[in-house]
Amino acid sequence: MSHDHDHDHDHDPSSPALRAEALEALLVEKGLLTPEEVDAVLTQYGERVGPLNGARVVARAWVDEAYRARLLEEGTAAAAELGIKGGPGGQMERLVVVENSPSVHNVVVCTLCSCYPWALLGLPPRWYKDPAYRSRIVREPRAVLREFGLEVSKEKAVRVWDSSAEVRYLVLPERPEGTEGFDEDALAALVAREAMIGVALVSGPAVTP
Amino acid sequence: MNGIHDLGGCHGFGPVEVEQDEPAFHARWEASVFAMMFAAGRAGATGNADRFRHAIERIDPAAYLEDGYYGRWLGGLETLFVEAGLISRADLDGRARALGAAPSARVASRTQSPADPVTGYSASGCRRAIATPPRFTVGSAVETTLTASPGHTRLPGYARGRPGTVVAEHGAWVFPDTHAHGQGEQPAYLYTVAFDGRDLWGPESEAGTVVHLDLFEPYLLPKVPCS
Repeated sequence: MSHDHDHDHDHDPSSPALRAEALEALLVEKGLLTPEEVDAVLTQYGERVGPLNGARVVARAWVDEAYRARLLEEGTAAAAELGIKGGPGGQMERLVVVENSPSVHNVVVCTLCSCYPWALLGLPPRWYKDPAYRSRIVREPRAVLREFGLEVSKEKAVRVWDSSAEVRYLVLPERPEGTEGFDEDALAALVAREAMIGVALVSGPAVTP
Repeated sequence: MNGIHDLGGCHGFGPVEVEQDEPAFHARWEASVFAMMFAAGRAGATGNADRFRHAIERIDPAAYLEDGYYGRWLGGLETLFVEAGLISRADLDGRARALGAAPSARVASRTQSPADPVTGYSASGCRRAIATPPRFTVGSAVETTLTASPGHTRLPGYARGRPGTVVAEHGAWVFPDTHAHGQGEQPAYLYTVAFDGRDLWGPESEAGTVVHLDLFEPYLLPKVPCS
């Protein structure tokens, strides 16, 4: 009796890995792609672009009240002040920054595909692109945030931003306590990608006894 | 289109799974797909981002859920290259089989024949100046249309036929519903519309939830207040 391995995902002959290999080979043969371009993508997106740009924007807004006002008024121009530009594929023709406060928590999603502010946050994490997050965060945001370890108090409104056009969204988190003497670099180091999507808060420095 | 991509509000996908220390790419083939996206643009197969998004929406629904983000891009790219006449379906299938694919292997891409015309952008970016004034302003009460066209749209199913309030106006932008199909940019005003969670999900909606969507003017009707 033969054993059917067709359902073993790792050996599925229709897996996208194999189909990608086929398409890449055909494109290389037709002169439409070079293997070096793939290597360049690995280097450029795998190492260079990261969430640091977004953290710089947040840190500047925390220390500079006038900058914060400009950022909330016209996000793209304010990001450009720090040398951060969208450009082709950079997904930032219009950046809207939404601010957390004692009465409001913001969280960002793209239910229809996976729109994301690449120029500020790099490539999105897998969970942001997966069906679970995209389907649930608009329907039950508090329940989803709880799974991320974030309990939003009942006194706070939850604002979900579903990126359904070319506007891109960044959450400006609340500055944590215990950071009064921090400079911009030290503040930026505290700001994780998750806080700028809105599934986490920014934690203050670890308290040393 | 009422496609598998339109996930907002769907039940059944379980908890969000977060991968710790996630790499940008999990395998070389994911970066390869990324590079092929640029190659498709250079070769004139994509035309515009709306067409690319729609190609992804059209792939086999089971593949959409199973193949992951870059797998979805791959299905869309196969569609675009075939529809542009640059790669044939037979070449793709033949090469995949030569690499070990079973003859019954699932084909993710869904090509059209004849395909919609491939059109690019008339200018850089997607924002355009138009002569007509916006129909709505911040504070306008609106209701979304119920239209479920078989083509590309950026009005999610969960927000069709629902009342909301305009909270921002962003000027006029290329209209994805026509642009994806080679029917021109037909720029339309774009608004951020706020929806009370109860108007989307009913009385059992989590309290204090407001969902915002960026919606084009053709998706919106003036909401006549009940008297």
